[in-house]
Amino acid sequence: MSKFIKLKKGFDINLAGKAEKKIAEVAQPETFAYKPTSFQGILRPKLKVNEGDVVKAGTPILFDKKNDKVLHVAPVSGEVVEVRRGAKRKILEIVILADKEIQYESFKKYSASELSSISKEDAVEQLLTGGVWPNIIQRPYGIIADPEETPKAIFISAFDSHPLAPDFDVLFKGQETYFQAGVDVLKKLTTGQVHVNVNADAEVSPVFSQVKNAEINKFSGPHPAGNVGVQIHHLDPISKGDIAWTVTPYGVIQIGKLFLEGKHDASRLVAVAGSEVAKPQYYKTYTGANIKKFVEGNLKNDHVRYVSGNALTGTRIELDGHLGFFDNLLTVLPEGDQYEMLGWILPTTKKLSFHRAFGLLSFLNPKKEYVLDTNTKGEPRAFVQTGVFEKVLPMDILPTYLLKAILAEDFDEMEALGIYEVIEEDLALCEFVDVSKHDVQEIIREGINLMQYS
Amino acid sequence: MKFLRDALDKVKPHFEKGGKWEKFYYLYEAHETFFFAPDHTTRSTGAQIKDAIDMKRLMMTVIIALIPCLLFGIYNVGYQHFIALGQPDASLGDMVMIGAIQVLPVVVVSYAVGLGVEFVFSVIRQHPVNEGFLVTGMLIPLVLPPDIPLWQVALATVFAVIIAKEAFGGTGMNVLNVALTARAFLYFAYPSQISGDVWTYIGENSQAVDGFTGATPLAIGAQVVENGEGFVQTLNQYGQGWADGIFSFSNMFFGFMPGCIGETSTLMCLIGAVILAITGVGSWKVMVSVFGGAYAMGWLLNLLAVNEYMAMPPHYHLVIGGLAFGAVYMATDPVTAAHTETGKWIYGLLIGMLTVVIRVFNPAYPEGIMLAILLMNVFAPLIDHYVVIANKKRRLQRATV
Repeated sequence: MSKFIKLKKGFDINLAGKAEKKIAEVAQPETFAYKPTSFQGILRPKLKVNEGDVVKAGTPILFDKKNDKVLHVAPVSGEVVEVRRGAKRKILEIVILADKEIQYESFKKYSASELSSISKEDAVEQLLTGGVWPNIIQRPYGIIADPEETPKAIFISAFDSHPLAPDFDVLFKGQETYFQAGVDVLKKLTTGQVHVNVNADAEVSPVFSQVKNAEINKFSGPHPAGNVGVQIHHLDPISKGDIAWTVTPYGVIQIGKLFLEGKHDASRLVAVAGSEVAKPQYYKTYTGANIKKFVEGNLKNDHVRYVSGNALTGTRIELDGHLGFFDNLLTVLPEGDQYEMLGWILPTTKKLSFHRAFGLLSFLNPKKEYVLDTNTKGEPRAFVQTGVFEKVLPMDILPTYLLKAILAEDFDEMEALGIYEVIEEDLALCEFVDVSKHDVQEIIREGINLMQYS
Repeated sequence: MKFLRDALDKVKPHFEKGGKWEKFYYLYEAHETFFFAPDHTTRSTGAQIKDAIDMKRLMMTVIIALIPCLLFGIYNVGYQHFIALGQPDASLGDMVMIGAIQVLPVVVVSYAVGLGVEFVFSVIRQHPVNEGFLVTGMLIPLVLPPDIPLWQVALATVFAVIIAKEAFGGTGMNVLNVALTARAFLYFAYPSQISGDVWTYIGENSQAVDGFTGATPLAIGAQVVENGEGFVQTLNQYGQGWADGIFSFSNMFFGFMPGCIGETSTLMCLIGAVILAITGVGSWKVMVSVFGGAYAMGWLLNLLAVNEYMAMPPHYHLVIGGLAFGAVYMATDPVTAAHTETGKWIYGLLIGMLTVVIRVFNPAYPEGIMLAILLMNVFAPLIDHYVVIANKKRRLQRATV
């Protein structure tokens, strides 16, 4: 049964530089990268290609020896020009110099009516070989789902409430058939429901509102209402022993395209946004695009930070870097590496704070857009302020106690306090509002890793 | 202000690793970060932007909320001085002057000694200077009598910072409210300088007017239990001849009565409470529940009254003594109070109730809020423990395996 859930807790960070709903024409980036670092819990990645190899879109290039059925495939066709490695030879990026015209590996094609009759095994097989399986993420832990498992339900968040988040209406316009096909395939993988969670506070794209074979739930409220973890908590919470899967709408559509067209299609729209971008707008490209073409000549100043993803959970990349697997957004923020005279006390209306001890009257102008830089605005301290994390996490979880349990490596406490229900993004706002400037998301991942591997 | 930045940058290498004053890095850092918000940027993964607030801003907001109490305290010390001397018509300037001469040295000693200890610890233990002392340094003078010897202020501050805070690891780790520990130390170590007629500064060689006793309302409360006279009646009659109506309800609400430097005025505390509550720095739940607990307990005792103190109308409890100051500035200390939101209600309620119980049933120590808060500081983790257990139980109930 569909549900309507109103969330009061949370905080919308209204950053300046939202992408205009316009798809810009730009020359395609020359390189695209597949980044194993976009996924949590890839333990022993093995390359299937070498530098100089020629691949098609959909050619397997990587797998995890611990989970060798899940193939990671090239998003575009071309030549593997570089395998970038980090410390201890960790694979960071597999860079592909793209062909002008993308060549596709061909997979089995189904018509929309055939989808209802294919078996679960065939569906899983196609998902794995077609390279779209990594779109399916398992809760707890936020890792790539295990094809051997059966989840109790599959959750799809059909809106993004992060700062500067791209509009899903723009991203997925006209993809109704693919989304429906994706949902039909996913439905085979679970014994429970496929939940499509839409934004109750905005107009919902027909891509989501008209979907069948799934339960449509409405969520209202500030960020993190769009986080799938928060949605699961209110729809069907994860307890010990439960397994739920989550897929992004992009992932669902990619799955749909694989089945309906028989190809691994990694084409996507990406929003380039942020206060430092001269023309924040959307670009049509492929997963893992090099960002240089989008930002060159499109910046107001060049002392900036490029973030693959959003400003709360994203990852810093270089000007020559590539977007992550899950990212539909490139955020460009001013770099905040400057001192500020008495910056901690001077009254100002330019800074944004969840706390009313700063910007006391900011509630008078809730629509105001802020330019925030990457300065930490203070130094790390012990936990002092209490009750704030609880105000931005719309879950029945005590974040401070959970974090302390993780720091104390107390497994029973972590489990009892809800480690299974959260991943980094759910507590990203806690990290933002924390007066003591803790690295909350890093702590959460440490806790998840402890639960998973100890 | 470029010259200041340049000067800091010039000496900075000496304090950094390998420099000749490497050990004093945090001393340097404390000063640098006071003048300039640091240039640190966020990590490459996770939140790339941060909320504008930091610990310094948080603590500074509490100090701003304390200013009404400090200013009124300075005035009231002078006012009480001239009343005791039989010169209630003295000019405002004179009153403020006398008050400032008595109060400011206490504030200066508290800050100088406390920050000195903080600096020493930051060097010995190589941790940043705790901003918490910005608030503690102001709270300590405000809960002491105007007559307090300065060496005692210094000693109490050293004791409180070392034993109540640094021994536990600094701000954020302490169990007891630091400022109250300072006062409790003085109360038990030097009782004669903190009880009795010390609440009014009279001045050396000065002669108080006939009939002046220097009692506070709570001391009177302890007396009426023995005398069997009506409390309110005694309060209203008090000060006849030299200060009519000094303990009328409205006078006590506004704070024109003898008492600790900063805590006599309920009105000023309420102004502070509004500042703390609307800025979200102090928990309004704690404040409301302390007042509510005190009122409820006062009302209950009133129903059961077997002596005159118990028969006092409950709203008197809210304006006499340091209840308001304790509720607004001490009980709300986020580190030593309950950390869970449900816990805060219970914590405040118990402080309010205990305060009244200690006041009414413990003739040896008329003020109750200090002991009540210190006691509940110790029990706050227990309260939180049960709130957390309730949360875990809810989580377990829906588990299927």
